[in-house]
Amino acid sequence: MAPVKEEKVEDIVVTVRGILEAYGRLGDGPLEVSDDDDLYDVGMTSHASVDVMLALEGRFDLEFPEEMLRREVFQTVSSISNAIQELFKGE
Amino acid sequence: MSDLKKERNAFFDELVENGLFIPTGVAGFYGRGGAFEDVVRQFGLLVGQYSESDGAERIFFPPLVQKTTLERAGYMETMPHLCGVVHSFSGDEGEHKKLLSAIKEGEDWSGFLEATDLALTPAACYPLYPTASGTLKEGGRLVDLDAGYVFRREPSEDPARLQMFRQREMVRMGPPELVQEWRGVWMERGESVLRSLGLDVVVEVASDPFFGRGGRMLSASQKQQELKFEMQVPIVSREHPTAVTSFNYHTSHFGETFGILSNDGEYAHTACLGFGVERIALALFRRHGMQPTRWPSSVRTLLWP
Repeated sequence: MAPVKEEKVEDIVVTVRGILEAYGRLGDGPLEVSDDDDLYDVGMTSHASVDVMLALEGRFDLEFPEEMLRREVFQTVSSISNAIQELFKGE
Repeated sequence: MSDLKKERNAFFDELVENGLFIPTGVAGFYGRGGAFEDVVRQFGLLVGQYSESDGAERIFFPPLVQKTTLERAGYMETMPHLCGVVHSFSGDEGEHKKLLSAIKEGEDWSGFLEATDLALTPAACYPLYPTASGTLKEGGRLVDLDAGYVFRREPSEDPARLQMFRQREMVRMGPPELVQEWRGVWMERGESVLRSLGLDVVVEVASDPFFGRGGRMLSASQKQQELKFEMQVPIVSREHPTAVTSFNYHTSHFGETFGILSNDGEYAHTACLGFGVERIALALFRRHGMQPTRWPSSVRTLLWP
């Protein structure tokens, strides 16, 4: 899949959810969490969060800076989407 | 040369002069003299008294691990830079001739070897987990792995950073509360054992040197969750103490990876405790001098009861 540069928040959220379904190791089928549910509480491991991070970088063609490689940034659908928006704004 | 480097070199020379380390020409790979091994053995016996009174099972593995175990445990994702895989020759006579001729010509001959199904184990506990698949009995398991050699590809001039060294390792598996309780007991006990030997101990939240950007995220996460603690004591320098004991809490990582269940049907949590026995011996030689016969009687009584 070619990298995308989506600016719209809702599009980012949909893509983030897709990546979490594919790489978050949170079970098969659609992601049954709200945007603010704690992904670690529902079973995302630290190792899975690294896969999610790397997949997001490939999909959005961006690189999370060192200060964003933290647990909290990948804690919820919203926190991930906000981080990506922030990176787009900075470009 | 920095002061730290000078200190390192001076300490290394002192170890060699006293026959405690025998240099081989390769950084981080040294023979150990008899007096050094005596300290290693006696420390092992001291620690073993505790695990015996805790009722630990004693299991010992050679310093190898199946390559598949490293794959399943995610080791190649997190620490590929430290691994050592066992390679061997499996070619025919023609290939053998080429191999010998490459050696004769001073060429790299490693391409004639093939990776086997084994790696040098990077931690004493790795070979244990796949053998523990299934449901644990009530109360989980406590295993004392004795002092097994482990390999980490980290050549260094620091006499305390060895490519192959021993970990006196213990592993607790079971429900989270039992694993955490065991870790808490050993955090206090470990510190008191080291202090009783005259070592100045600092306990720090730590992280592993995971590889790459994903690794930096794992390290940060490990620290935030306080999954790893180290006990550090001065070896080469007082300002930069060296980790001699570490506690790793893996939560359900190995339980899920290797299908280890507590008797309530939940994935077991695991934690391990590893004493770096060479480093502890080095710290003792540094602190009390190169002649164990002249060490303080309080320390000698503990090590040679």
